[in-house]
Amino acid sequence: MFLGRVIGCVWATAKNPQMEGVRILLVQPLTPELQNTGKRLLCLDAAGAGAGELIYWVRGREACFPFLPKEVPSDATIVGIVDEVHVKRPAEMAPAAPPPARKNAKRSG
Amino acid sequence: MLIARVIGELVATQKHASHEGRKLLLVQPLNLDGSNRGDAVVALDAVDAGVGDRVLLSTDGYAASSAVGRPQSPIDMAVIGFIDQVEILPDVS
Repeated sequence: MFLGRVIGCVWATAKNPQMEGVRILLVQPLTPELQNTGKRLLCLDAAGAGAGELIYWVRGREACFPFLPKEVPSDATIVGIVDEVHVKRPAEMAPAAPPPARKNAKRSG
Repeated sequence: MLIARVIGELVATQKHASHEGRKLLLVQPLNLDGSNRGDAVVALDAVDAGVGDRVLLSTDGYAASSAVGRPQSPIDMAVIGFIDQVEILPDVS
């Protein structure tokens, strides 16, 4: 599972019929220090997450399981809403903060 | 499987029912020299690990969900053991 934040929502009208009624959310993966990391991706929602919420998501074949017995073709699914994060690691073990975004820089993801 | 260190815990009230009753751990995968290997991940606890422990992290869904004892549930990573010692052959750099 991975930590992330919901940063948006996607609508799709014509889609696999098994996906009817399932929300598609845009997720930004985060480090435990809540810094952005990696590219944004789309996740189906199985936890009732909303905009701006801290969540954790699961990837791979297991992403289909929350919707069973419906066989929803998902490869990334939000499975929980995070209330609190307790990180206890020494500062020197934490990854360096990413450099500030340049002006007119290409957006990643 | 990966070598990892438990660096924290998550609290989540609203989550998939199969995750109830198990700790959600923040674990940082490690290289053999102890440096960070990529970003930290969230894993379900199958062995009652705590913060600071060096553990065995399974990154396969089938292995993880059977270790936790909940097949067909959305679990793709689990802490499945503690690491006491790592021995590396001297000619491997």
